[in-house]
Amino acid sequence: MKPVVEVHNVGMKYQSLNGEITALENINFSVQDGEFVSIVGPSGCGKSTLLSIISGLIASTSGAVLLSGEKVTGTSPKIGYMLQKDHLFNWRTIFQNVMLGLEIRKTVTSSAKEHAIKLLKTYGLYEFKDKYPNQLSGGMRQRVALIRTLVTNPQILLLDEAFSALDYQTRLIVNDDIYDIIKKENKTALLVTHDISESISMSDRVILLSKRPGKVKNIYEINFDIKNRTPFSSRETPEFRYYFQEIWKGLDVHV
Amino acid sequence: MSKLKDDRVSKETQVTKISQEHIDYLHRVRMEKISVRVIQILIFGVAFLLWEICANTKIVDPFITSQPSRVFNTMVRLYEDGVLFHHIGITCWEAFLGFVLGTLVGTIIAIMLWWSEFLCKILEPYLVILNSLPKIALGPVFIVWIGAGPPAIIVMTLAISLIVTVLEVLNGFLTVDQEKIKLVQTFGGSKYQVLTKVVLPASYPTIINALKINVGLSWVGVIVGEFLVSKAGLGYLIVYGGQVFKLDLVMTSVIILGVAAAVMYQGVVYLERMLVKNKA
Ligand SMILES: Nc1ncnc2c1ncn2[C@@H]1O[C@H](COP(=O)(O)OP(=O)(O)O)[C@@H](O)[C@H]1O
Ligand SMILES: [Mg+2]
Repeated sequence: MKPVVEVHNVGMKYQSLNGEITALENINFSVQDGEFVSIVGPSGCGKSTLLSIISGLIASTSGAVLLSGEKVTGTSPKIGYMLQKDHLFNWRTIFQNVMLGLEIRKTVTSSAKEHAIKLLKTYGLYEFKDKYPNQLSGGMRQRVALIRTLVTNPQILLLDEAFSALDYQTRLIVNDDIYDIIKKENKTALLVTHDISESISMSDRVILLSKRPGKVKNIYEINFDIKNRTPFSSRETPEFRYYFQEIWKGLDVHV
Repeated sequence: MSKLKDDRVSKETQVTKISQEHIDYLHRVRMEKISVRVIQILIFGVAFLLWEICANTKIVDPFITSQPSRVFNTMVRLYEDGVLFHHIGITCWEAFLGFVLGTLVGTIIAIMLWWSEFLCKILEPYLVILNSLPKIALGPVFIVWIGAGPPAIIVMTLAISLIVTVLEVLNGFLTVDQEKIKLVQTFGGSKYQVLTKVVLPASYPTIINALKINVGLSWVGVIVGEFLVSKAGLGYLIVYGGQVFKLDLVMTSVIILGVAAAVMYQGVVYLERMLVKNKA
């Protein structure tokens, strides 16, 4: 079967008056349907840039990205993007926030509204639909942000440090929560994070980028010998420590 | 998912039993609020009373300071002559028009500058110069160009409030979180959608602040304009009263002006409550 995402020799150079910054160099990898892949690497190595290129928000300066075999030339409805913060608009109710993407794509239909309501109900947010974001907790807000992405029916989710604004405990819970939703809704996910534990606990594969200019340094296959895997239960397995050590060594952190 | 139950309690629903301490606290807050209001009214009353007494006992000369009873009589006389609301109406209308035009045109120009960074760069030095120029100096120019009448007054008002509005609102636009803009773009949003879905609604508080500044500025513009050209309005009464040494008329007009400006400001505050509902 064709991979959902193919990244071919992608490179990115930013131009500025002070010179040229090579953010990415010769990136190659692909993601299969239903896979959960993480990208880890030191900050500033070009992770966000890579996601922006895959989503079509910015154009790479070399190479190409294919989505189900089609070349990316601009933003695509196949892709849903989750940013670091939830960025719920505090002048909109929860329901209006959830409808934002559909409004922008001009695809607000009664069936789309029903879908939104169904998602809100499934994930325990229906009773808050007429509240404003500042009345919700951080974890709930992040879930609303995910639903805002899901109602547009994307095939692939790009998550850029989507959990790093949350405190540690909330993050563990939201990890489980979002993982559960992504698996239930059958999405392919590409998560960028600088948190090694988070990447191992959620992914089928971890792609390690080197520091700038970002190159693929290594790719780790993650397998846990447990039934009904969740990020939380993954963290308790013996293999988890092993993967952590491997990636830590690969990351080669110096302070 | 079960772990999420407590997380799901919205901040609002955490209502506990009201304790005696809390009742006492609320009572203290209420009493303080009442005292503040009472003292405010008292200061107002005492000031007017002192003014009246000092004028009556000739501690100050009522011919040049006027006094509350004379102000009241002047108001009644203007009313009986049927010109009170004529003058108030003209000035308020000019101020209102200048205010609305200044805000509207200023916001539109700010949108244009936001839309085209290139245009913004070109116009920047002109905006800086115009901003620091005392606009009142342009008064005679407007009179010559537009003629001595209400249009010149409104243009004067515009001149005073426009540039400030442009700079204020543009600054608001530019400080909108880039990530929020990126969010709209990830859904394939166009520049127009970025404007209408994020930039404008996120800038409502800034625009309202510009409105508040503009209330004051449009009154300055109107009064300056009326000083220069008019044959009617509160500014005209002030100038006329000054020229013929009728300080009663001057004081009366100033007091009416203060009330009118306060009413307009409250109007904006009311608008703010309607528009900016959920300040996080
Ligand atoms: N718009 C831009 N213009 C110039 N340089 C940029 C721009 N965006 C990112 N960069 C640079 O590219 C590098 C990679 O950035 P980014 O993709 O945000 O890294 P990461 O997400 O891994 O922290 C950084 O050194 C950053 O300074
Ligand atoms: Mg980043």
